[in-house]
Amino acid sequence: MDEALIRARGLRKSYGAFEAVRGIDLAVRAGEAFGFLGPNGAGKSSTMRMIGAVSPVTAGELRVLGMDPATEGPAIRARLGVCPQDDTLDMELSVRENLTVYGRYFGLSRAECAERADELLAFVALTEKAKEKVEELSGGMKRRLTIARSLVSRPDLLLLDEPTTGLDPQARHLLWDKLFRLKQSGVTLVITTHYMDEAEQLCDRLVVMDNGVIVAEGSPAQLIRDHSTREVTELRFGPEVMSEDHDALAEKVTDLADRVEVLPDRLLLYTDDGEHAVAHVHERGLEPAAVLVRRSTLEDVFLKLTGRTLVD
Amino acid sequence: MSVALENTLRQYDYWATVYRRTWKGSLVTSFLMPLLYLAAMGIGLGSFVDDSATSADALGGVSYLQFLAPGLLAATAMQIGVFESTYPVMGGIKWHKTFFGMIATPLRPADVMLGQLGFIAFRIATTSVVFVGVIAAFGGLVSPLGLLSLPVAVLVGMALAAPVAAIATRLTTDAGFALIFRFGVIPMFLFSGAFFPVSQLPDEVEWLAYLSPLWHAVELSRDLSLGEVQALPALVNLAYLLLWFAVGTWAAIRGLTGRLIS
Repeated sequence: MDEALIRARGLRKSYGAFEAVRGIDLAVRAGEAFGFLGPNGAGKSSTMRMIGAVSPVTAGELRVLGMDPATEGPAIRARLGVCPQDDTLDMELSVRENLTVYGRYFGLSRAECAERADELLAFVALTEKAKEKVEELSGGMKRRLTIARSLVSRPDLLLLDEPTTGLDPQARHLLWDKLFRLKQSGVTLVITTHYMDEAEQLCDRLVVMDNGVIVAEGSPAQLIRDHSTREVTELRFGPEVMSEDHDALAEKVTDLADRVEVLPDRLLLYTDDGEHAVAHVHERGLEPAAVLVRRSTLEDVFLKLTGRTLVD
Repeated sequence: MSVALENTLRQYDYWATVYRRTWKGSLVTSFLMPLLYLAAMGIGLGSFVDDSATSADALGGVSYLQFLAPGLLAATAMQIGVFESTYPVMGGIKWHKTFFGMIATPLRPADVMLGQLGFIAFRIATTSVVFVGVIAAFGGLVSPLGLLSLPVAVLVGMALAAPVAAIATRLTTDAGFALIFRFGVIPMFLFSGAFFPVSQLPDEVEWLAYLSPLWHAVELSRDLSLGEVQALPALVNLAYLLLWFAVGTWAAIRGLTGRLIS
Protein backbone atom coordinates (compact mmCIF):
# COMPACT_ATOMS: atom_id res chain seq x y z
CA MET A 1 0.00 0.00 0.00
CA ASP A 2 2.73 2.48 -0.89
CA GLU A 3 0.60 3.88 -3.71
CA ALA A 4 0.66 7.46 -2.46
CA LEU A 5 -1.22 9.87 -4.76
CA ILE A 6 1.03 12.66 -3.61
CA ARG A 7 4.53 12.19 -2.29
CA ALA A 8 6.90 15.00 -1.37
CA ARG A 9 10.41 14.87 0.04
CA GLY A 10 12.30 17.97 1.11
CA LEU A 11 9.91 20.07 -0.97
CA ARG A 12 10.80 23.76 -1.17
CA LYS A 13 9.40 26.84 -2.85
CA SER A 14 11.06 30.25 -3.03
CA TYR A 15 9.87 33.47 -4.61
CA GLY A 16 13.07 35.43 -5.03
CA ALA A 17 14.65 35.68 -1.61
CA PHE A 18 11.43 34.72 0.18
CA GLU A 19 11.10 31.04 1.13
CA ALA A 20 7.42 30.12 1.25
CA VAL A 21 7.93 26.38 1.72
CA ARG A 22 11.09 25.27 3.49
CA GLY A 23 11.45 21.54 3.10
CA ILE A 24 8.37 19.42 3.74
CA ASP A 25 7.78 15.68 3.51
CA LEU A 26 4.35 14.22 3.00
CA ALA A 27 2.39 11.34 1.54
CA VAL A 28 -1.30 11.43 0.70
CA ARG A 29 -2.96 8.05 0.20
CA ALA A 30 -5.81 7.24 -2.17
CA GLY A 31 -9.24 7.76 -0.67
CA GLU A 32 -8.26 9.85 2.31
CA ALA A 33 -9.09 13.42 3.16
CA PHE A 34 -5.86 15.20 3.89
CA GLY A 35 -5.65 18.65 5.39
CA PHE A 36 -3.12 21.47 5.49
CA LEU A 37 -3.78 23.55 8.56
CA GLY A 38 -1.89 26.74 9.24
CA PRO A 39 -2.06 30.50 9.63
CA ASN A 40 -1.91 32.84 6.65
CA GLY A 41 1.50 32.76 5.00
CA ALA A 42 2.36 29.31 6.35
CA GLY A 43 3.01 27.98 2.84
CA LYS A 44 -0.24 26.05 2.37
CA SER A 45 -1.31 27.66 -0.89
CA SER A 46 2.21 27.52 -2.33
CA THR A 47 2.27 23.80 -1.60
CA MET A 48 -1.16 23.36 -3.19
CA ARG A 49 -0.07 25.19 -6.34
CA MET A 50 2.99 22.95 -6.66
CA ILE A 51 0.78 19.88 -6.27
CA GLY A 52 -1.58 21.38 -8.85
CA ALA A 53 1.32 21.48 -11.34
CA VAL A 54 1.05 25.23 -11.90
CA SER A 55 4.05 26.28 -9.82
CA PRO A 56 7.55 24.90 -10.41
CA VAL A 57 9.22 23.15 -7.49
CA THR A 58 12.27 25.10 -6.28
CA ALA A 59 13.99 22.12 -4.66
CA GLY A 60 13.21 18.66 -3.37
CA GLU A 61 11.08 15.95 -4.88
CA LEU A 62 7.38 15.90 -5.72
CA ARG A 63 5.33 13.19 -7.40
CA VAL A 64 1.63 13.65 -8.05
CA LEU A 65 -0.36 10.61 -9.25
CA GLY A 66 3.02 8.99 -9.83
CA MET A 67 4.13 11.73 -12.23
CA ASP A 68 6.57 14.62 -12.16
CA PRO A 69 4.77 18.00 -12.27
CA ALA A 70 7.75 19.61 -14.03
CA THR A 71 7.48 17.41 -17.10
CA GLU A 72 3.98 15.92 -16.98
CA GLY A 73 1.92 18.91 -15.82
CA PRO A 74 -0.90 18.59 -18.36
CA ALA A 75 -1.24 14.83 -17.72
CA ILE A 76 -1.43 15.46 -13.97
CA ARG A 77 -3.90 18.31 -14.34
CA ALA A 78 -6.10 16.12 -16.53
CA ARG A 79 -6.81 13.99 -13.43
CA LEU A 80 -7.05 16.80 -10.86
CA GLY A 81 -9.94 18.93 -9.76
CA VAL A 82 -8.89 22.31 -8.43
CA CYS A 83 -10.99 24.63 -6.32
CA PRO A 84 -8.81 27.72 -5.92
CA GLN A 85 -8.88 30.18 -3.06
CA ASP A 86 -10.27 32.96 -5.28
CA ASP A 87 -13.14 32.07 -7.56
CA THR A 88 -11.98 32.05 -11.16
CA LEU A 89 -15.44 31.58 -12.63
CA ASP A 90 -16.23 33.26 -15.91
CA MET A 91 -18.58 36.15 -15.24
CA GLU A 92 -19.57 36.43 -18.90
CA LEU A 93 -20.96 32.91 -18.99
CA SER A 94 -24.07 31.47 -17.41
CA VAL A 95 -23.86 29.09 -14.45
CA ARG A 96 -24.32 26.03 -16.65
CA GLU A 97 -21.97 27.30 -19.38
CA ASN A 98 -19.23 27.62 -16.78
CA LEU A 99 -19.43 23.84 -16.42
CA THR A 100 -19.89 22.82 -20.05
CA VAL A 101 -17.13 25.10 -21.35
CA TYR A 102 -14.75 23.88 -18.64
CA GLY A 103 -15.39 20.24 -19.48
CA ARG A 104 -14.28 20.95 -23.03
CA TYR A 105 -10.84 22.00 -21.75
CA PHE A 106 -10.42 18.42 -20.56
CA GLY A 107 -11.30 17.13 -24.01
CA LEU A 108 -14.76 15.85 -23.05
CA SER A 109 -17.36 15.67 -25.81
CA ARG A 110 -20.20 18.21 -25.85
CA ALA A 111 -22.68 15.48 -24.91
CA GLU A 112 -20.58 14.41 -21.91
CA CYS A 113 -20.18 18.02 -20.82
CA ALA A 114 -23.94 18.58 -20.98
CA GLU A 115 -24.65 15.43 -19.00
CA ARG A 116 -22.01 16.20 -16.37
CA ALA A 117 -23.20 19.79 -16.05
CA ASP A 118 -26.76 18.71 -15.26
CA GLU A 119 -25.60 16.08 -12.75
CA LEU A 120 -23.30 18.53 -11.00
CA LEU A 121 -25.82 21.35 -10.88
CA ALA A 122 -28.16 18.95 -9.11
CA PHE A 123 -25.34 17.82 -6.81
CA VAL A 124 -24.57 21.36 -5.64
CA ALA A 125 -28.23 22.40 -5.67
CA LEU A 126 -27.91 25.02 -8.39
CA THR A 127 -30.20 23.48 -11.03
CA GLU A 128 -32.62 26.37 -10.74
CA LYS A 129 -29.84 28.89 -11.32
CA ALA A 130 -28.52 27.12 -14.45
CA LYS A 131 -29.34 29.96 -16.83
CA GLU A 132 -28.37 32.84 -14.58
CA LYS A 133 -25.23 34.88 -14.87
CA VAL A 134 -22.52 34.04 -12.34
CA GLU A 135 -22.50 37.65 -11.13
CA GLU A 136 -25.99 37.21 -9.71
CA LEU A 137 -24.98 34.31 -7.44
CA SER A 138 -24.25 34.70 -3.72
CA GLY A 139 -20.78 33.93 -2.36
CA GLY A 140 -21.86 30.49 -1.21
CA MET A 141 -23.41 29.67 -4.57
CA LYS A 142 -20.22 30.73 -6.37
CA ARG A 143 -18.16 28.42 -4.15
CA ARG A 144 -20.54 25.57 -4.86
CA LEU A 145 -20.29 26.28 -8.57
CA THR A 146 -16.50 26.36 -8.35
CA ILE A 147 -16.55 22.98 -6.64
CA ALA A 148 -18.96 21.63 -9.26
CA ARG A 149 -16.63 22.92 -11.96
CA SER A 150 -13.64 21.22 -10.38
CA LEU A 151 -15.56 17.91 -10.57
CA VAL A 152 -16.55 18.14 -14.21
CA SER A 153 -13.75 15.84 -15.37
CA ARG A 154 -14.39 13.22 -12.63
CA PRO A 155 -11.00 13.84 -10.98
CA ASP A 156 -9.15 11.25 -8.91
CA LEU A 157 -7.79 13.95 -6.67
CA LEU A 158 -9.57 17.12 -5.59
CA LEU A 159 -7.54 20.10 -4.33
CA LEU A 160 -9.54 22.58 -2.26
CA ASP A 161 -7.76 25.76 -1.20
CA GLU A 162 -9.73 27.31 1.67
CA PRO A 163 -13.05 26.10 0.30
CA THR A 164 -15.31 27.79 2.86
CA THR A 165 -13.49 31.04 3.67
CA GLY A 166 -15.94 33.91 3.71
CA LEU A 167 -19.09 31.79 3.77
CA ASP A 168 -21.92 31.93 6.28
CA PRO A 169 -22.49 28.91 8.57
CA GLN A 170 -25.36 27.52 6.47
CA ALA A 171 -23.29 27.62 3.29
CA ARG A 172 -20.31 26.02 5.06
CA HIS A 173 -22.36 23.13 6.40
CA LEU A 174 -23.89 22.51 3.00
CA LEU A 175 -20.41 22.44 1.43
CA TRP A 176 -19.07 20.10 4.10
CA ASP A 177 -21.96 17.78 3.39
CA LYS A 178 -21.10 17.77 -0.32
CA LEU A 179 -17.40 17.19 0.34
CA PHE A 180 -18.20 14.35 2.72
CA ARG A 181 -20.30 12.68 0.05
CA LEU A 182 -17.48 13.05 -2.45
CA LYS A 183 -15.07 11.45 -0.05
CA GLN A 184 -17.49 8.57 0.46
CA SER A 185 -17.61 8.08 -3.29
CA GLY A 186 -13.85 7.51 -3.29
CA VAL A 187 -12.44 10.91 -4.31
CA THR A 188 -9.22 11.81 -2.53
CA LEU A 189 -9.48 15.26 -0.97
CA VAL A 190 -6.66 17.64 -0.16
CA ILE A 191 -7.90 20.67 1.77
CA THR A 192 -6.21 23.77 3.12
CA THR A 193 -7.99 25.65 5.84
CA HIS A 194 -7.49 27.79 8.86
CA TYR A 195 -10.79 26.69 10.35
CA MET A 196 -10.29 24.07 13.04
CA ASP A 197 -13.87 22.82 12.89
CA GLU A 198 -13.50 22.33 9.16
CA ALA A 199 -10.33 20.30 9.65
CA GLU A 200 -11.97 18.21 12.39
CA GLN A 201 -15.08 17.62 10.30
CA LEU A 202 -13.44 16.74 7.04
CA CYS A 203 -9.89 15.50 7.48
CA ASP A 204 -8.77 11.97 8.27
CA ARG A 205 -5.25 13.19 8.60
CA LEU A 206 -3.65 16.58 8.60
CA VAL A 207 -0.43 18.46 8.89
CA VAL A 208 -0.02 21.75 10.71
CA MET A 209 2.20 24.14 8.78
CA ASP A 210 3.89 27.21 10.15
CA ASN A 211 6.53 29.35 8.49
CA GLY A 212 6.93 26.97 5.58
CA VAL A 213 7.54 23.82 7.58
CA ILE A 214 5.36 21.04 8.96
CA VAL A 215 5.21 21.33 12.74
CA ALA A 216 2.86 18.42 13.46
CA GLU A 217 1.15 15.59 11.66
CA GLY A 218 -1.60 13.08 12.46
CA SER A 219 -5.35 12.56 12.74
CA PRO A 220 -7.25 15.31 14.58
CA ALA A 221 -7.63 13.08 17.66
CA GLN A 222 -3.99 12.07 17.58
CA LEU A 223 -2.84 15.67 17.31
CA ILE A 224 -4.91 16.60 20.35
CA ARG A 225 -3.45 13.64 22.25
CA ASP A 226 0.10 14.47 21.26
CA HIS A 227 0.05 18.22 21.62
CA SER A 228 -2.56 19.05 24.21
CA THR A 229 -4.15 17.63 27.34
CA ARG A 230 -7.47 15.84 27.45
CA GLU A 231 -9.26 18.78 29.02
CA VAL A 232 -8.91 22.51 29.46
CA THR A 233 -10.18 24.47 32.44
CA GLU A 234 -10.90 28.10 31.67
CA LEU A 235 -10.95 30.52 34.59
CA ARG A 236 -12.45 33.96 34.05
CA PHE A 237 -12.07 36.62 36.68
CA GLY A 238 -14.32 39.59 37.17
CA PRO A 239 -13.59 43.07 35.83
CA GLU A 240 -12.10 44.11 39.22
CA VAL A 241 -9.16 41.79 38.57
CA MET A 242 -6.76 43.59 36.30
CA SER A 243 -5.13 41.56 33.61
CA GLU A 244 -1.71 42.33 35.15
CA ASP A 245 -2.83 40.35 38.19
CA HIS A 246 -3.36 37.28 36.03
CA ASP A 247 0.33 36.43 36.20
CA ALA A 248 0.18 36.37 39.98
CA LEU A 249 -2.94 34.22 39.89
CA ALA A 250 -1.31 31.87 37.42
CA GLU A 251 1.59 31.38 39.85
CA LYS A 252 -0.84 29.95 42.41
CA VAL A 253 -2.25 27.29 40.10
CA THR A 254 0.77 26.42 38.01
CA ASP A 255 1.20 23.00 39.64
CA LEU A 256 -2.45 22.08 38.97
CA ALA A 257 -1.99 21.73 35.24
CA ASP A 258 0.51 20.51 32.67
CA ARG A 259 0.55 24.01 31.29
CA VAL A 260 -1.09 27.30 32.21
CA GLU A 261 -1.70 29.95 29.60
CA VAL A 262 -2.37 33.53 30.60
CA LEU A 263 -4.70 35.53 28.37
CA PRO A 264 -5.93 39.09 28.94
CA ASP A 265 -9.38 37.90 29.96
CA ARG A 266 -8.80 34.41 31.35
CA LEU A 267 -6.43 31.65 32.46
CA LEU A 268 -6.30 28.35 30.58
CA LEU A 269 -5.29 25.28 32.59
CA TYR A 270 -4.32 22.37 30.37
CA THR A 271 -4.94 19.22 32.36
CA ASP A 272 -6.25 15.69 31.96
CA ASP A 273 -8.77 16.19 34.75
CA GLY A 274 -10.45 19.57 34.57
CA GLU A 275 -12.81 19.11 37.50
CA HIS A 276 -9.93 18.12 39.75
CA ALA A 277 -8.22 21.37 38.88
CA VAL A 278 -11.40 23.34 39.56
CA ALA A 279 -11.68 21.84 43.07
CA HIS A 280 -8.12 22.82 43.90
CA VAL A 281 -8.54 26.32 42.48
CA HIS A 282 -11.32 26.93 44.97
CA GLU A 283 -9.32 25.33 47.83
CA ARG A 284 -6.55 27.83 47.20
CA GLY A 285 -8.90 30.72 47.73
CA LEU A 286 -9.14 31.85 44.11
CA GLU A 287 -12.56 33.16 43.19
CA PRO A 288 -13.02 33.11 39.45
CA ALA A 289 -16.24 34.72 38.20
CA ALA A 290 -16.77 31.91 35.72
CA VAL A 291 -15.34 28.43 35.29
CA LEU A 292 -15.56 26.27 32.20
CA VAL A 293 -14.22 22.75 31.82
CA ARG A 294 -14.07 21.59 28.22
CA ARG A 295 -12.35 19.05 26.03
CA SER A 296 -9.21 20.08 24.21
CA THR A 297 -9.82 21.00 20.60
CA LEU A 298 -7.70 21.22 17.51
CA GLU A 299 -7.70 24.96 18.06
CA ASP A 300 -5.73 24.49 21.29
CA VAL A 301 -3.21 22.39 19.38
CA PHE A 302 -3.06 24.91 16.60
CA LEU A 303 -2.49 27.90 18.86
CA LYS A 304 0.11 26.03 20.87
CA LEU A 305 2.03 25.07 17.75
CA THR A 306 1.72 28.27 15.74
CA GLY A 307 1.45 30.82 18.52
CA ARG A 308 -1.10 33.53 19.23
CA THR A 309 0.79 36.29 17.49
CA LEU A 310 -0.98 37.70 14.48
CA VAL A 311 0.74 36.88 11.19
CA ASP A 312 0.06 39.04 8.20
CA MET B 1 2.41 21.22 -32.22
CA SER B 2 -0.63 19.00 -32.65
CA VAL B 3 -1.17 19.18 -28.89
CA ALA B 4 -1.18 22.98 -29.09
CA LEU B 5 -3.70 22.83 -31.91
CA GLU B 6 -5.94 20.36 -30.09
CA ASN B 7 -5.77 22.37 -26.86
CA THR B 8 -6.51 25.60 -28.71
CA LEU B 9 -9.53 24.01 -30.37
CA ARG B 10 -10.78 22.87 -26.97
CA GLN B 11 -11.39 26.56 -26.25
CA TYR B 12 -13.67 26.93 -29.27
CA ASP B 13 -16.87 26.53 -27.27
CA TYR B 14 -15.66 29.10 -24.77
CA TRP B 15 -14.95 31.75 -27.35
CA ALA B 16 -18.06 30.93 -29.36
CA THR B 17 -20.14 31.43 -26.21
CA VAL B 18 -18.37 34.68 -25.40
CA TYR B 19 -18.93 35.89 -28.95
CA ARG B 20 -22.64 35.02 -28.86
CA ARG B 21 -22.87 37.10 -25.69
CA THR B 22 -20.92 40.09 -26.91
CA TRP B 23 -21.24 40.43 -30.68
CA LYS B 24 -24.10 42.90 -30.46
CA GLY B 25 -22.01 45.19 -28.30
CA SER B 26 -19.20 45.14 -30.84
CA LEU B 27 -21.50 45.95 -33.77
CA VAL B 28 -21.10 49.71 -33.46
CA THR B 29 -17.32 49.77 -33.17
CA SER B 30 -16.77 47.00 -35.68
CA PHE B 31 -19.14 47.88 -38.45
CA LEU B 32 -20.54 51.34 -38.04
CA MET B 33 -17.26 53.16 -37.38
CA PRO B 34 -15.56 52.04 -40.62
CA LEU B 35 -18.67 52.95 -42.52
CA LEU B 36 -18.69 56.44 -41.04
CA TYR B 37 -14.97 56.88 -41.72
CA LEU B 38 -15.37 55.81 -45.33
CA ALA B 39 -18.32 58.13 -45.85
CA ALA B 40 -16.74 61.13 -44.15
CA MET B 41 -13.18 60.80 -45.41
CA GLY B 42 -13.63 58.90 -48.63
CA ILE B 43 -16.64 60.70 -49.98
CA GLY B 44 -16.82 63.97 -48.03
CA LEU B 45 -13.16 64.87 -47.85
CA GLY B 46 -12.48 62.91 -51.03
CA SER B 47 -14.58 65.24 -53.16
CA PHE B 48 -12.27 68.14 -52.20
CA VAL B 49 -9.11 66.11 -52.73
CA ASP B 50 -10.17 64.84 -56.12
CA ASP B 51 -10.81 68.41 -57.30
CA SER B 52 -7.33 69.54 -56.34
CA ALA B 53 -4.87 69.87 -59.19
CA THR B 54 -1.89 68.29 -57.41
CA SER B 55 -3.72 65.29 -56.00
CA ALA B 56 -3.93 63.30 -59.21
CA ASP B 57 -0.13 63.24 -59.20
CA ALA B 58 0.35 62.33 -55.54
CA LEU B 59 -2.39 59.67 -55.50
CA GLY B 60 -1.27 58.09 -58.76
CA GLY B 61 -4.37 58.79 -60.74
CA VAL B 62 -7.04 57.11 -58.62
CA SER B 63 -9.90 58.68 -56.66
CA TYR B 64 -9.28 59.52 -53.02
CA LEU B 65 -11.83 56.89 -51.96
CA GLN B 66 -9.93 54.22 -53.89
CA PHE B 67 -6.68 55.45 -52.38
CA LEU B 68 -8.05 55.63 -48.85
CA ALA B 69 -10.24 52.53 -48.55
CA PRO B 70 -7.60 49.75 -48.51
CA GLY B 71 -5.44 51.74 -46.10
CA LEU B 72 -8.36 52.50 -43.81
CA LEU B 73 -9.20 48.79 -43.76
CA ALA B 74 -5.70 47.97 -42.56
CA ALA B 75 -5.73 50.80 -40.01
CA THR B 76 -9.08 49.69 -38.58
CA ALA B 77 -7.85 46.09 -38.34
CA MET B 78 -4.80 47.35 -36.46
CA GLN B 79 -6.99 49.22 -33.96
CA ILE B 80 -9.21 46.21 -33.29
CA GLY B 81 -6.15 44.02 -32.86
CA VAL B 82 -4.62 46.37 -30.30
CA PHE B 83 -7.82 46.92 -28.36
CA GLU B 84 -8.72 43.24 -28.14
CA SER B 85 -5.31 42.35 -26.75
CA THR B 86 -5.21 44.97 -23.98
CA TYR B 87 -8.11 44.83 -21.51
CA PRO B 88 -9.25 41.28 -22.33
CA VAL B 89 -5.75 39.90 -21.70
CA MET B 90 -5.22 41.84 -18.48
CA GLY B 91 -8.73 40.88 -17.34
CA GLY B 92 -8.00 37.18 -17.67
CA ILE B 93 -4.95 37.58 -15.47
CA LYS B 94 -5.94 40.29 -13.05
CA TRP B 95 -9.66 40.97 -12.85
CA HIS B 96 -11.70 37.86 -13.66
CA LYS B 97 -8.66 35.58 -13.31
CA THR B 98 -10.26 33.22 -15.81
CA PHE B 99 -6.85 32.26 -17.19
CA PHE B 100 -5.96 30.74 -13.82
CA GLY B 101 -9.04 28.57 -14.07
CA MET B 102 -8.10 27.56 -17.60
CA ILE B 103 -4.59 26.40 -16.70
CA ALA B 104 -5.91 24.23 -13.87
CA THR B 105 -6.89 21.89 -16.72
CA PRO B 106 -4.64 20.17 -19.27
CA LEU B 107 -4.41 23.54 -21.07
CA ARG B 108 -1.04 25.31 -20.88
CA PRO B 109 -0.47 29.07 -20.84
CA ALA B 110 0.67 28.86 -24.48
CA ASP B 111 -2.63 27.22 -25.43
CA VAL B 112 -4.58 29.91 -23.59
CA MET B 113 -2.66 32.66 -25.40
CA LEU B 114 -3.14 30.99 -28.79
CA GLY B 115 -6.86 30.67 -28.09
CA GLN B 116 -7.05 34.35 -27.19
CA LEU B 117 -5.11 35.37 -30.32
CA GLY B 118 -7.28 33.08 -32.44
CA PHE B 119 -10.37 34.85 -31.17
CA ILE B 120 -8.82 38.25 -31.93
CA ALA B 121 -8.06 37.09 -35.48
CA PHE B 122 -11.69 36.04 -35.81
CA ARG B 123 -12.91 39.43 -34.59
CA ILE B 124 -10.65 41.23 -37.07
CA ALA B 125 -11.71 38.94 -39.90
CA THR B 126 -15.45 39.38 -39.37
CA THR B 127 -15.14 43.16 -39.21
CA SER B 128 -12.88 43.22 -42.26
CA VAL B 129 -15.26 41.13 -44.35
CA VAL B 130 -18.00 43.68 -43.78
CA PHE B 131 -15.55 46.49 -44.42
CA VAL B 132 -14.42 45.04 -47.74
CA GLY B 133 -18.06 44.60 -48.73
CA VAL B 134 -18.75 48.25 -47.98
CA ILE B 135 -15.65 49.35 -49.93
CA ALA B 136 -16.78 47.30 -52.93
CA ALA B 137 -20.27 48.78 -52.71
CA PHE B 138 -18.80 52.31 -52.75
CA GLY B 139 -16.75 51.42 -55.81
CA GLY B 140 -13.52 51.51 -53.86
CA LEU B 141 -12.03 48.29 -55.26
CA VAL B 142 -10.20 48.78 -58.53
CA SER B 143 -8.86 45.24 -58.94
CA PRO B 144 -10.34 41.88 -57.85
CA LEU B 145 -6.97 41.31 -56.16
CA GLY B 146 -8.28 43.80 -53.62
CA LEU B 147 -10.11 40.91 -51.96
CA LEU B 148 -6.66 39.80 -50.78
CA SER B 149 -6.49 42.94 -48.66
CA LEU B 150 -8.74 40.96 -46.30
CA PRO B 151 -6.01 38.50 -45.17
CA VAL B 152 -3.58 41.43 -45.07
CA ALA B 153 -5.93 43.20 -42.66
CA VAL B 154 -6.05 40.13 -40.42
CA LEU B 155 -2.27 39.87 -40.57
CA VAL B 156 -1.61 43.49 -39.58
CA GLY B 157 -4.18 43.23 -36.81
CA MET B 158 -2.34 40.21 -35.46
CA ALA B 159 1.08 41.79 -36.04
CA LEU B 160 0.02 44.41 -33.48
CA ALA B 161 -2.25 42.27 -31.29
CA ALA B 162 0.50 39.78 -30.43
CA PRO B 163 3.13 42.28 -29.20
CA VAL B 164 0.47 44.33 -27.39
CA ALA B 165 -0.73 41.13 -25.69
CA ALA B 166 2.91 40.55 -24.72
CA ILE B 167 2.95 43.98 -23.08
CA ALA B 168 -0.44 43.39 -21.44
CA THR B 169 0.84 40.19 -19.80
CA ARG B 170 3.68 42.19 -18.25
CA LEU B 171 1.71 45.19 -16.98
CA THR B 172 0.26 45.22 -13.49
CA THR B 173 -2.15 48.13 -14.04
CA ASP B 174 -4.11 49.29 -17.06
CA ALA B 175 -2.53 52.77 -16.97
CA GLY B 176 -0.01 51.62 -19.58
CA PHE B 177 -2.77 51.04 -22.13
CA ALA B 178 -3.50 54.75 -22.33
CA LEU B 179 0.16 55.27 -23.32
CA ILE B 180 -0.08 52.58 -25.97
CA PHE B 181 -3.13 54.24 -27.50
CA ARG B 182 -1.85 57.81 -27.24
CA PHE B 183 1.72 57.34 -28.35
CA GLY B 184 1.40 54.18 -30.41
CA VAL B 185 -1.97 53.58 -31.98
CA ILE B 186 -3.12 57.11 -32.76
CA PRO B 187 0.12 58.37 -34.40
CA MET B 188 0.41 55.09 -36.32
CA PHE B 189 -3.20 55.33 -37.43
CA LEU B 190 -2.73 58.88 -38.73
CA PHE B 191 0.79 58.78 -40.17
CA SER B 192 1.22 55.35 -41.75
CA GLY B 193 0.05 56.32 -45.18
CA ALA B 194 -3.60 55.41 -44.87
CA PHE B 195 -4.83 58.99 -45.30
CA PHE B 196 -2.01 60.50 -47.36
CA PRO B 197 1.22 59.19 -48.89
CA VAL B 198 4.06 59.17 -46.34
CA SER B 199 6.23 60.97 -48.89
CA GLN B 200 4.27 64.07 -47.81
CA LEU B 201 5.79 63.77 -44.32
CA PRO B 202 8.88 65.84 -43.42
CA ASP B 203 11.99 63.85 -44.37
CA GLU B 204 13.16 63.72 -40.74
CA VAL B 205 10.17 61.63 -39.67
CA GLU B 206 9.35 59.81 -42.89
CA TRP B 207 11.59 56.85 -41.92
CA LEU B 208 9.50 56.37 -38.79
CA ALA B 209 6.56 55.51 -40.98
CA TYR B 210 8.56 52.76 -42.68
CA LEU B 211 9.21 51.15 -39.31
CA SER B 212 5.52 50.98 -38.58
CA PRO B 213 3.94 47.61 -39.39
CA LEU B 214 0.82 49.47 -40.42
CA TRP B 215 2.65 51.25 -43.25
CA HIS B 216 3.66 47.89 -44.71
CA ALA B 217 0.07 46.66 -44.50
CA VAL B 218 -1.30 49.87 -46.03
CA GLU B 219 1.16 49.61 -48.94
CA LEU B 220 0.40 45.96 -49.57
CA SER B 221 -3.34 46.39 -49.18
CA ARG B 222 -3.41 49.39 -51.48
CA ASP B 223 -1.20 47.77 -54.14
CA LEU B 224 -3.51 44.76 -54.15
CA SER B 225 -6.63 46.87 -54.28
CA LEU B 226 -5.32 48.99 -57.16
CA GLY B 227 -3.97 45.93 -58.95
CA GLU B 228 -0.41 47.30 -58.87
CA VAL B 229 1.20 44.71 -56.66
CA GLN B 230 4.83 43.75 -57.30
CA ALA B 231 6.44 40.62 -55.94
CA LEU B 232 9.50 41.94 -54.15
CA PRO B 233 8.01 44.86 -52.22
CA ALA B 234 4.98 42.68 -51.40
CA LEU B 235 7.22 39.97 -49.96
CA VAL B 236 9.10 42.52 -47.88
CA ASN B 237 5.80 43.89 -46.53
CA LEU B 238 4.54 40.39 -45.75
CA ALA B 239 7.79 39.29 -44.12
CA TYR B 240 7.88 42.39 -41.93
CA LEU B 241 4.31 41.83 -40.72
CA LEU B 242 4.98 38.14 -40.09
CA LEU B 243 8.07 39.02 -38.11
CA TRP B 244 6.06 41.29 -35.79
CA PHE B 245 3.44 38.61 -35.39
CA ALA B 246 5.93 35.82 -34.70
CA VAL B 247 8.08 37.74 -32.23
CA GLY B 248 4.97 39.16 -30.57
CA THR B 249 3.39 35.73 -30.17
CA TRP B 250 6.56 34.30 -28.70
CA ALA B 251 6.82 37.18 -26.23
CA ALA B 252 3.11 36.97 -25.36
CA ILE B 253 3.36 33.26 -24.57
CA ARG B 254 6.41 33.86 -22.43
CA GLY B 255 4.74 36.76 -20.65
CA LEU B 256 1.56 34.83 -19.91
CA THR B 257 3.52 31.79 -18.73
CA GLY B 258 5.44 34.04 -16.35
CA ARG B 259 2.24 35.43 -14.87
CA LEU B 260 0.32 32.16 -14.57
CA ILE B 261 3.09 29.73 -13.61
CA SER B 262 5.05 31.03 -10.64
